[in-house]
Amino acid sequence: MSTPSRTGGPPPKAAGPPPLPARAGRALLSARMPTVAVAALLAATVAASAALQPGFFSPYGLTSSFATFLPLATIAAAQTVIVLGGGIDLSIGAVVTLSSAVSVVLMQGDDARLPLALAAGLATGAACGLLNGLVVAGLRLQPIVATFATGSMFGGAALLVLPKPGGTASPLLTEAYRMVVLAYIPVPAVLLLLLWLAWRVLRRHRFGQYLYAVGGDAGAAYTSAVPVSAVRVLSYTLGGLIAALAGTALLADSGAGDPTLGTELTLGSIAALVIGGTRLRGGSGGVGGAVTGAIVLSLIQGLVFFAGVPTDAREFVYGCVIIAAIALAGLLTARAAQRPAFQGANR
Amino acid sequence: MSTSTAPAPAAPQAPERPSAARRLLRDPVAVSAAVTLLLWTATVLHSPSFAEWGQVVTLLTVASFLGVIAIGQTLVIIAGGEGIDLSVGATATLSAIIASRFMAGSDDGFLTAVLLALAACCAVGAVNALGVLVFRVPPLVMTLGMIAVVTGFIRLYTGGRPEGSAAPLLRTLVTGDTVAGVPGVLWLWLGLAALVIWMLRRSPFGWRLYAVGGNPATAYLSGVSPAAVKFAAYVLSSLFAGVGGLLLLGYAQNVYTSLGTDYMLNSVAAAVIGGTALIGGVGGYLGTAIGAVLLTVLDTLLRVTQVGGGEWGDAPRQIIYGAVLITVLTAYGRQRRLRQ
Repeated sequence: MSTPSRTGGPPPKAAGPPPLPARAGRALLSARMPTVAVAALLAATVAASAALQPGFFSPYGLTSSFATFLPLATIAAAQTVIVLGGGIDLSIGAVVTLSSAVSVVLMQGDDARLPLALAAGLATGAACGLLNGLVVAGLRLQPIVATFATGSMFGGAALLVLPKPGGTASPLLTEAYRMVVLAYIPVPAVLLLLLWLAWRVLRRHRFGQYLYAVGGDAGAAYTSAVPVSAVRVLSYTLGGLIAALAGTALLADSGAGDPTLGTELTLGSIAALVIGGTRLRGGSGGVGGAVTGAIVLSLIQGLVFFAGVPTDAREFVYGCVIIAAIALAGLLTARAAQRPAFQGANR
Repeated sequence: MSTSTAPAPAAPQAPERPSAARRLLRDPVAVSAAVTLLLWTATVLHSPSFAEWGQVVTLLTVASFLGVIAIGQTLVIIAGGEGIDLSVGATATLSAIIASRFMAGSDDGFLTAVLLALAACCAVGAVNALGVLVFRVPPLVMTLGMIAVVTGFIRLYTGGRPEGSAAPLLRTLVTGDTVAGVPGVLWLWLGLAALVIWMLRRSPFGWRLYAVGGNPATAYLSGVSPAAVKFAAYVLSSLFAGVGGLLLLGYAQNVYTSLGTDYMLNSVAAAVIGGTALIGGVGGYLGTAIGAVLLTVLDTLLRVTQVGGGEWGDAPRQIIYGAVLITVLTAYGRQRRLRQ
């Protein structure tokens, strides 16, 4: 009596071929593979920095570290919003330089002009993003080439506004950026946290859901009544706006505008995003990973400096380390992506 | 045609072939050739000296560097899988720098220098392919990362100050009159173009390239190894970038570390203007060659009309360049609608 019931009829919970808890556990593990990789990279680089860089954890050291993290992390976040929606923006560096150039020219080192200048910079960034979005979603051009073309236009405009590096940021902005709250927490760290929290809110909002849907499969999203074109335009606009925030952070960090940084920033944003485990094809990943990737990139750059690498070899070593990090992230992301059911489930 | 006596028959709309004119209007090669002629006419109208044979040859010579570098770009893009090679600019610079150091202004080490330079470029291509095929890094990111590695290597190799100069032989080959008053570099470009077009259209490798770009799974099931084809495409891309770098060296005679930077995205633009789609499996080299000429003519036009110039600097030129690129692409570079 009891023997057949034990062997033949276990409760329906375990009836399916893979037991539910095991399946859930595996799903969690596979979806979080890129997160694990980037967390390991972060731990390794932070440990190495703490060992090699004197005073890394002092308030001053932390402030200057976070001050360099924030611009790249914000650009990476902007690029992530665009890539998640299935696009890519090669003009993002030019948007950053254009908006910061507009801000610094209007600011003229005067605190009274600060709000107006910041608003103008943000509006410029959003307008550039809107143009990108209209070209990509409206004219249906391939994003890589289209944003390369608009990037040329924005870069030209930045040179028109600010022909050579210069200008003076308002002292209020640069001083506030270097402040330390509660004796230990630098202002840029607080801003970074705010950026991440804003992303979490957006992620929960309907637009966040739409973003993943469009990036994952635009056709399926369209059939499910997602306004695909509108989502794309909005993702580029939002990306442009966040890029303008990055321009402000850059301005606050360096105290002056520089119209020639564009390409470098674009490359950095894409590298940070890929190290952070966001799929370049869209629909999978998140801002958290991109921000961590940006921090890892900045730390590696600092490490190469502090590890005593000869000046001429520095760039080469940095390039090799970046390639290795990207390859590692790529290997893990590709493996996780082989289980399509759980793509983009987390983060 | 415009008679409104009877309502148009609605049924045969689907199988109806578009008219010849309409097809021509949608053909990237025809459109880009027409735009090129238009831009050239505008240039000539502005300053008639540009219609002279010598000026045309100079213009084509400048276009040939972009054209040669874009050969490899076209192959990589056709091979599909989001294929793109952004490292071509850095690779071209690398090749020029290695060659100039080994040539050191004399013909003695000519062959060694050329072989060494091209071998270094092939190594870059092999690393690109390795990253894309084995480590599954997206090509855009892999080749982007290789820019940092290659420029870093150049810095390490030269210490920031490139040495040497082009061999006289290379100089003669590139700029000297060889046959019929046409410099050697144009004959070389013509030869390479014919070779590549033949290879893409008539050789088994070309067919495999399109097969892999169009649908890697089908190609694999038909007995083509997608990995081998893509590996070849990336190595060839770096090789042609290296050849382009050598030609640039022969033209400029001295090297600097940003020699090839402009060719990174312009080679992609030339390929796309010529009708090679970034999704892979579509396009050809004839279009790319015309695209290279188009971009060069556009640049020349903006220079001779001195848009901006003086206090404005390069800025207006950049803005117009971007706007024209978008306009040309809008003619045919558009993706399909979602609603169909």
